[in-house]
Amino acid sequence: MNWTKKDLLSIRELSKEEILLILDTAESFKDISRRDVKKVPTLRGKTVITLFYEPSTRTRTSFEIAAKRLSADTINISSSTSSYVKGETLKDTAKNLESMRPDVIVIRHSMPGAPHMLAKILDFSVVNGGDGAHEHPTQALLDLFTIREKKGKIDGLKVVIIGDIAHSRVARSNIFTLRNFNTEIVCAGPPTMIPPYLEDLGVKTEFDINRAIKNADVIMMLRIQKERGGVSFIPSIKEYSNLYCLKPEHVKKAKKDVIIMHPGPMNRGVEISDEVADGPYSVILDQVENGVAVRMAILYLLVGGEA
Amino acid sequence: MKILIKNGRVLDPKNGIDGVMDVYINGGVIERVDRNIRTRGTEEEVIDAKGLCVAPGFIDVHVHLREPGYEYKENIKTGTAAAVKGGFTTVICMANTNPVNDNKSVTEYIVKQAKKDGSCRVFPCGAITKGLKGEELSEIGEMYESGIVAISDDGKSVKNSQLLRKALEYVKLFEIPVISHCEDEDLSTGFVNEGRASVISGLDSIPTIAEEVIVKRDMAIAEYVRSRIHLTHLSTKGSIEAVREAKKRYGKITCDTCPHYFTLTDAATLGFDTHTKVNPPLRSHEDVEAIREGLRDGTIDIIATDHAPHEAASKDVEFNLASSGISGLETALGLSMGLFHDGVLDLIELVRKFTENPARVFKLPFGELTPGRAADVIVFDPYIEWTVDKNTFLSKGKNTPFHGWKIKGKNMITIVEGEIKYRAR
Repeated sequence: MNWTKKDLLSIRELSKEEILLILDTAESFKDISRRDVKKVPTLRGKTVITLFYEPSTRTRTSFEIAAKRLSADTINISSSTSSYVKGETLKDTAKNLESMRPDVIVIRHSMPGAPHMLAKILDFSVVNGGDGAHEHPTQALLDLFTIREKKGKIDGLKVVIIGDIAHSRVARSNIFTLRNFNTEIVCAGPPTMIPPYLEDLGVKTEFDINRAIKNADVIMMLRIQKERGGVSFIPSIKEYSNLYCLKPEHVKKAKKDVIIMHPGPMNRGVEISDEVADGPYSVILDQVENGVAVRMAILYLLVGGEA
Repeated sequence: MKILIKNGRVLDPKNGIDGVMDVYINGGVIERVDRNIRTRGTEEEVIDAKGLCVAPGFIDVHVHLREPGYEYKENIKTGTAAAVKGGFTTVICMANTNPVNDNKSVTEYIVKQAKKDGSCRVFPCGAITKGLKGEELSEIGEMYESGIVAISDDGKSVKNSQLLRKALEYVKLFEIPVISHCEDEDLSTGFVNEGRASVISGLDSIPTIAEEVIVKRDMAIAEYVRSRIHLTHLSTKGSIEAVREAKKRYGKITCDTCPHYFTLTDAATLGFDTHTKVNPPLRSHEDVEAIREGLRDGTIDIIATDHAPHEAASKDVEFNLASSGISGLETALGLSMGLFHDGVLDLIELVRKFTENPARVFKLPFGELTPGRAADVIVFDPYIEWTVDKNTFLSKGKNTPFHGWKIKGKNMITIVEGEIKYRAR
């Protein structure tokens, strides 16, 4: 199949075929990052702007490296250096950037729907690099890529997502990728962090981490979204850690070949213990490596098609 | 000026009239409603309304005309022009202007501007509390002398229950209702309905209970002090059920809803279109069905627009930052005809919710075609299909989620006090 979409805004609007196309394309790009000369000319002459209104280490760097390895030119704009602080609207910023004729804009924003707003008014490609508690499509795609790589399959797996589900765009995007496959998805966390109506998305919910983890093939840990008020949903970080911090004794309840994932940044000792984060089941750094390949695939599919 | 409207289906719920008749207007008042009224040859206008409906001019008990202070969003001239285009001959305008309508000088200003610029009748609603701050009562008596017909802190609830009690007690002196905007601000920290759609969009959400706990509190206080309360823009199933129960016990409770609450669900917000941002938010399918049932069984007395015009820039931003509200005056009649076409209400009951009921609740001598009464009359076509084009709105507010919608039912002619104020081209 061919890629036909102008933008990548959310997993929810992708078909299973489109998701698999991205994963398969990423496979072919993964090798490039392990070569001595980590560059191919595929996107030569293309310009990729990353416009980040929220802090980011991994995602922004990953997109920039992905673009550079495809020979695109990259420009990074963050909220502290943008005219946002001078009161310019997002729409005006975007229209001004459009006048400089970029090919792709990757936007991260604290408010859901900001990428959709840009996609409606811009003629070039918009990639959602995370919009509030809505979606983080490239994270879910690199997560799925990592699951498929480590497990050799997606169908039949039990995936448990633990933490601040209510405020997590990573949880939402992962739910929307995984439900295209024959997976059992369990979301676990304190009752205040499991939003009402979550089960309408086709997932099970569980408050007790021990029950949730039973027989899990994949465990995804999430951090508390302090920037979205997550802390006010629990009595204290200490109590949260007592109840939900993933420790080796929890992992024993999962399948023997369980993999532990985390989108980062980790808060060690809060949602995940050192022993688990650095332990044999952790694939957290593989996720980061795969992120570059997946983002190369996305940039390629969006603007490299005709080259 | 004499106008004879012939051959229309006259719908006058107050007088129990539903049949093909003629209406004779003379000198600003209704002279006669009867079969086969013959022309005297001296009429300035003889309107053939064959195949059309003739009704009392509609009364909208909830509009924001934005004057004074927010004239870049709307003013009395453009807002009332939109009203008469939409079939409304009387509107009640909310107090959240700048300055707030919490004293007689602002009330007098609005009344004066409406006389000068208005195409229809404008009755101001005064603020319950000074500056809408919820701290101390406005000078309700002075505003009443100047022409307010109700009080409301619309935009928010009066959080302090004691203060609300005092307001409900105080208005008994003037026999005007308190209009309650039902929203618990602590529960209401979002932008869309809490439901399946908000779980998908990740937008901060407003649960139905944010409305319902205040509906129940306000009715309880009103009943306790035996005062009149009108609950505005109800949007949830729980609210309708609570009102239905309370009305069985206590007769001085009335309520309204708006066309968007029986037409759209929260699924409309999934594309992050800021025109779907409104407060209270668009609710679930189940709520929409309950609103329709509430209209059908009479629990909901009135259809109001909550006409909330905004300038384009305030909607052309991220969903979280966008202003709430829908410019509703020019689509209300057509959208409400949907209730007729869907078999929820017959035409006479539908017209009642725009005429007799609001006139009764707010003690206005309009909304009826009784001889001797002011000739506020509309002629509408319940069947004609048209496409909503926000660019043709007379309101300054082009903010509508219905742009491009095909709607069945349209106002054709509006007569205010015997004068033709609007005629569809």
